[in-house]
Amino acid sequence: MSDGPVLRVEALRKAFGGLVAVNELSFEVGRGEIIGLLGPNGSGKSTAMNLISGALPSDSGRVIFKGRQINGMAAHRIARLGVARTFQLVRVLESMTCLENVEVGFAFRPGGLSGNAARAESVALLGRVGLARRENMAAGELTYIDAKRLELARAMALAPELLLLDEWLAGLNPTELQQGIALIKQLRDAGLTVILVEHVMDAVHSLCDRCVVMNAGIKIAEGSTARVLSDPHVVKAYLGDDDSDDDGVAGRGGARA
Amino acid sequence: MSRLTVVLAGLGACSALAIATAAPLLQGGDYWLSLGVTLLQYGVLATAWAMFSGPTRYVSLATAAFFGIGAYTVAVLGESMPWAGVLLVALGIGVAIALLVGLSTLRLSGVYFVIFSFGLAELVKQIVTWYEVNVTRDVGRHVFIDISQRQIYWQLLALLVSVLGVWVLMRRSRLGLALRVIGDDEVVATHVGIDTSRIKLMLFVLSAAVMTLTGAVLAPRWTYIDPEIAFNPQISFQVLIMALLGGTTRLFGPLAGAVPLVLLFEVLSVNFPNYFLILLGVTFMAIIYFVPNGIAGLLQRVMRHRRSV
Repeated sequence: MSDGPVLRVEALRKAFGGLVAVNELSFEVGRGEIIGLLGPNGSGKSTAMNLISGALPSDSGRVIFKGRQINGMAAHRIARLGVARTFQLVRVLESMTCLENVEVGFAFRPGGLSGNAARAESVALLGRVGLARRENMAAGELTYIDAKRLELARAMALAPELLLLDEWLAGLNPTELQQGIALIKQLRDAGLTVILVEHVMDAVHSLCDRCVVMNAGIKIAEGSTARVLSDPHVVKAYLGDDDSDDDGVAGRGGARA
Repeated sequence: MSRLTVVLAGLGACSALAIATAAPLLQGGDYWLSLGVTLLQYGVLATAWAMFSGPTRYVSLATAAFFGIGAYTVAVLGESMPWAGVLLVALGIGVAIALLVGLSTLRLSGVYFVIFSFGLAELVKQIVTWYEVNVTRDVGRHVFIDISQRQIYWQLLALLVSVLGVWVLMRRSRLGLALRVIGDDEVVATHVGIDTSRIKLMLFVLSAAVMTLTGAVLAPRWTYIDPEIAFNPQISFQVLIMALLGGTTRLFGPLAGAVPLVLLFEVLSVNFPNYFLILLGVTFMAIIYFVPNGIAGLLQRVMRHRRSV
């Protein structure tokens, strides 16, 4: 495999009418890295995730996954290349059992698994995310937290190289949060590359190697987690400021670490 | 779920039985035979409709378009080719138009697709009419094909059995799993690697092919066909409401909806010929209001209620 970045985002742009949700966004993610994508609500993080996973078409710019341009491809092709994701508003297949939800992940990836092989692997994955012995429970009956676990198991079933987690840790209680953080660390140790959209700062601190911070569609900071989170531009973006527009523009060049 | 399946299978078997028993009665009179043909016609059409619209949730009013293409192809070619050849040509035209329409419209969402599919029947009708007026200078054709009502009956029964067979095979395959995922959440489907556009197109074409064949097989029933008869939009609405009444996700759902409604429409059109369309409309509204989830959904609710009591 090449030593280059797993993912390279170059001058990516997406506008909804007059609103530029993602504006000339560029960053790289190396193999085995966990990158935090941060920013206040409405700053374009989820849109960026949707552009990378192919859920939305980009207006311009490039998304390069393992040396191959993927923006412009259909979402199912991007998924089959090895980019899996979870959703900000959890999406499980409610009419199916937990086991079936994960088997679906195995079924349609390249070299798809079915039958007993898929079943055994799915049971193992369910155990790994903390849903052991829930195999036959209807996914629609899961609690919010367990639905999130199931969503992660389904994404993992694709055997992805890049995992996009959109606020996957939001809403967990302190114990669950520690379990969730440990789980993501395990995935990283197993060689997975992760992009994390997250507001839970404990998780960002303990998981992310680097962070990219967005505000109003523009990248305002990038660098090691500790450095970025103490950056005055970032603090201002989160806490609000009278002349945040000026800061956004200034921060674009100035706050790069 | 398993008990529901049993009940539905039972219901389906009863409807199938009801249709099939018409066959021995055929000697008894043309009325029963004719009713049997109508039951089969709508049974096949509703099942084909649900095949596409059940998992994709696209509400299609294109039934009349494809049914009409089949019927009209027979009216044009019926006397110049052997029967199997006529059916094949009709099938080919239906599939070609379905591919064209599917490729260009399946990206439309919701209400836009409904309107387009409704317009399609009208569009094809107008084109055919224009052609007949300007080129052949004779709108309307006589169908003199030596195929009896009884032969139509058996052909439709064979078609129904094939369609149900394809449905079962499809549901058991990987495609069936993909359809369930699409039916649950299309966004998730794409992000687990399912090519939803291709699958939707495939289903649309398959469903249209069955509708085209139904029209072709039925054409000899009329001795005279013009575009107004072949592309009658009423058929689109009737098939839609039958499939919705029965439930679109279970094998025998559409049949369970088609049988009672065919019988009801039969009674209404015989007794109230002048008010038939009004009564049809009232029936539609009553079904949407009182049985919004279809007979299958109703059974599910009744059983859940019984279990919880």
